[in-house]
Parts: sequence; structure tokens; C-alpha cells
Amino acid sequence: MVLQALAFYVFAAVAIAAGIMVVTARNPVHSVLFLILAFFNAAGLFVLMGAEFLAMILVIVYVGAVAVLFLFVVMMLDIDFVELRQGFVKYLPIGGLIGIVLLVELFIVVGGWVTLPETKAAITEPVARQGNISNTAMLGRLLYTKYVYLFQAAGVILFVAMIGAIVLTLRERVGVRRQKAARQIQRRREESVQLVKVKPGEGI
Amino acid sequence: MEGGFWIDYAWPAVLLVIKIVAVIVPVVLAMAWLTYAERKVIAAVQLRKGPNVVGWFGLLQPIADGIKLIFKETVIPSGANKVVFIIAPLMTFVLALVGWAVIPFGTWDGGKIVIADINVGILYLFAISSLGVYGIIMSGWSSNSRYAFLGGLRSAAQMVSYEVSIGFVLITVLLFAGSLNLSAIVEAQRGGFWRWNWLPLFPMFVIFFISALAETNRHPFDLPEAEAELVTGYNVEYSAFTFALFFLGEYMNMILMSAMTTILFMGGWLPPLEVSWLNWIPGPIWLALKISFFLLLFILARAAYPRYRYDQLMRLGWKVFLPLTLVAVVVYAGILLYTDTLPK
Repeated sequence: MVLQALAFYVFAAVAIAAGIMVVTARNPVHSVLFLILAFFNAAGLFVLMGAEFLAMILVIVYVGAVAVLFLFVVMMLDIDFVELRQGFVKYLPIGGLIGIVLLVELFIVVGGWVTLPETKAAITEPVARQGNISNTAMLGRLLYTKYVYLFQAAGVILFVAMIGAIVLTLRERVGVRRQKAARQIQRRREESVQLVKVKPGEGI
Repeated sequence: MEGGFWIDYAWPAVLLVIKIVAVIVPVVLAMAWLTYAERKVIAAVQLRKGPNVVGWFGLLQPIADGIKLIFKETVIPSGANKVVFIIAPLMTFVLALVGWAVIPFGTWDGGKIVIADINVGILYLFAISSLGVYGIIMSGWSSNSRYAFLGGLRSAAQMVSYEVSIGFVLITVLLFAGSLNLSAIVEAQRGGFWRWNWLPLFPMFVIFFISALAETNRHPFDLPEAEAELVTGYNVEYSAFTFALFFLGEYMNMILMSAMTTILFMGGWLPPLEVSWLNWIPGPIWLALKISFFLLLFILARAAYPRYRYDQLMRLGWKVFLPLTLVAVVVYAGILLYTDTLPK
């Protein structure tokens, strides 16, 4: 258990430090890199909690795909660092307000556990391990039985969002020559090359 | 604490380090001589001799190359983002190594020869290979060079695209195995050559191998280092050992991808026939033989094919492989469900 505790404190400390660096780093690309580090440590915390499937999915989806796109966009931006610093005082009140709201909410939740112990029971009980079934299999069973409609609804929402994104960004450009692979493959020698016997000194 | 510090912590730690060394050292040596094998095989294809000066048949060439790269000067461009510049090659190399933690090498006395026999082994490998893109994108950006940046962007887009179809191919394999554990995936294929996954999953097998070529940035999909237009792409500013780390990382990734192909489709450490004397040959040897076969395919693909154009590469990934694999997942699941052969 000592090792677990040690691992927890390392992951948690690095995650929090990386989170702070995301906000304070001067270079936006560094911010995204620290965000990736924070994601990674969150995955480590998931592993410690015995949710290895969630941990791997977090790494694959957030670190492997979403953060790459963040990095893409941020790297492409032509950023003036001096200009970026200028709005600091102007945006400080609204940023601080959001931070305070989140902090108060956290206090209410955690404070509730201390002052009213029965609220703890209202939290959904984690499904107890049944015998030798792996974490992944249990998640699958739960998702496809108890929560199947919600799961499908989430899928539909994501699908609609994807179609929306494609429709919004799709533009038909006229007058652009496109490669048509099928036509290229179907092309035969007879229709593209013609053998001509040319007599010397005459031309075609 | 019943066992005390030494029995509970120190001894398992020592054992773990020994295991890791026992896996890493052969892999690194294999990687070194893979570079030699590649030069020899391509030389044979092109009717040349290849390296033949250092040592017998040029066998010491990889060592000579390594020493040369270590003793050269590491140049860091003045406009580069130094920390990211240094981290990028380290990341590529380390990520190529950590994947080996979950590769099962065989069985011994009923136990498995593997560093970490985790439940979600296949997802772990997938996650590691999806992280590989960071080494390249970070090096491309931090070099502060247009060629490197273009190479990095290209390669990032390429790797992200082909990961999608690799993910779907993995799902079809999982449908046959019924587990995310790599050892269980191999055991599900027990019963000889014709019971391995490559036969029922043949189209997926081909797609996976082609995607593996794209994922490791190998020919014919080596656009990140297209020397004709990008002078070599993302690693153009790297010299000496930082370059060597990229180079070795690429070869290590080739071995890892071959190991993954072997485990998913070629029965991992299992012998091709269920005969007692074939079973007597230890699993790691079978695994190494199969990995070598796929590495040969990697090298022959490099010798045989010209480089893809970038738009053709993207077309193949998104318009051919993605729909094909997506349909395949539905079809395979349907067949397995209809014939009631889904693994319980």
C-alpha cells in the first residue's frame, strides 16, 4: 500500500503542477504540452483506482487524438506574445469569477460530506466486483444493458455533431480538377496510346 | 508489514529490473542488426553488395555507425525551442521501448513470459502507438525550420488518420478473441497454422499491415522524410545522437508493429503445427521467427514500391480503409452472432 500511496501522490502532484503550468506558461504550445502531461497523469490516477479501461481510453482519445488537434491549431497560429499578455487585467475579473464559482461548488460538495454524512449514500454506488470479471467486461455489461438507451443517445448526438461539422466546413469548389482513381485504373492501353508507322521524311 | 522491506519491495524491484533488461537488450540488439539486414536485403534486391567492409560480411557495421553517431557533435539550432527540441527524440525512443512491456513471449512451466500481463494489453499498445506522433510533431515545431515543420505536420496527419482504421481492425480481432489481454488473444488462436486469425480475418490482416507501414512512416508512406521535397522532413535539424534516437526509434517501432501483427494474426508464440517436437521449441523463438518474416516484408516493401503522393495517402486512409474496416466490424460481428460462435 505504501507504493500505491507514493504513486498516487506523484501522479496527483504532477497533474496539479502541469495544470498550473497550462495556465501560466508563456508559450501556448508549452501550455498544450503541459495539458497533455496533465491528461497522462489523470490516466495514471485511473489505473490506481482500478479503472484500467478508462485510463487507456483517456490516453487514446484525449492524448492521442484531441490534444494532437489542439497542438496542430496552436502551432499554426501566428501569435504575438506581447499582445497576448495585454488583456490580462481586462479579463482578470471574469476569469477570477469563474474560478471562484468552481471553488465554491467544490466546497459545497465536499462540505456536504462532512456536515451531512447521509449525502454520501446518495452518490451512486460503484458496482461491486463480481468474481473474476475484468473491468472492461463489467463496463460493457453495464453500458449495453442498464444504460443502453443513454449510450445510444450519446452516440446519436455525437453522430449529428459530426455531420454538422462536416456540413459546415464542406465547400464545393467548382473548376478544380480532381483525381478520379477508378477512371485511372479502368484506362486501357488502346484508348491512350496509338502506334503509328511513320515514313521517314514525311511526318504524320 | 509482514514480509519486511526487502521481501516486499526490494526483491520484486530487482526482479523487475532483470526482466526489463532481459527484454530490452535483445530488442535493442535486434534493432541494431535490423539496420544492417535492411541494407543487405535492399542491396541484394538492387544487385549490389551492401556493407561489407567492417567485420565479416560487414557484420560490425551497426556498431561502427553507432560509435560514429555518438562521437559527433549535437547541434542545437539557435532559434530552436531547446527543451522541446531535446525531449522530442527521447520521447520517440522511449515510446518505442515501453510498448514491449505487454508483449507476451511465450509460456514457461504454465506461466507466461511477459513483463506486465495486464487486462487491457491491446489498448495499451494502441495508446503507445498513438502517442508516437508527439515525438515527430514536437521535433517539427521546436526545430523552428519550415522543412521540419511541414514534415511534422504531414506525419502527424498521416499517423492520426491510419490509427482510425487500425482501431477498427483491432475490434475485429477482439471479436474473435473475446479479450483485450494479449496472451488470451494468442491462446484463442491455438490449433496450428489454419486456426490463426490471418485466415478468417485476411482482409483485415492486409489492411493492418499496410496501416502499420503508414503508422511507422515506412515506405511507401515515408512522406514525413520525403528527401526530395522536404530534405528529410521533421528530423532535418537533428544531428549526431539526437538523430540516432529518431532513427533507432523508427526501427524499434517496426519491430513492435511486426510483433503486434504476429500476436494479432499469426498466433504469437504458437508453433505452426500442433506437433510435440514443434511445441518443444520455446515460444520466444517462434515469435522471433514470425517477427523476422514481417520485418522482411517491411524491407521488401521499401525496395519495391515508389512513394505515395500525399493526397493519395489520405484518400487510401479515409476513403478506402476506414469504410472497409467499419463495414468489416459489422459484418464479422453479424456472422459471429448468427453462427453463435462469439467467444463467451
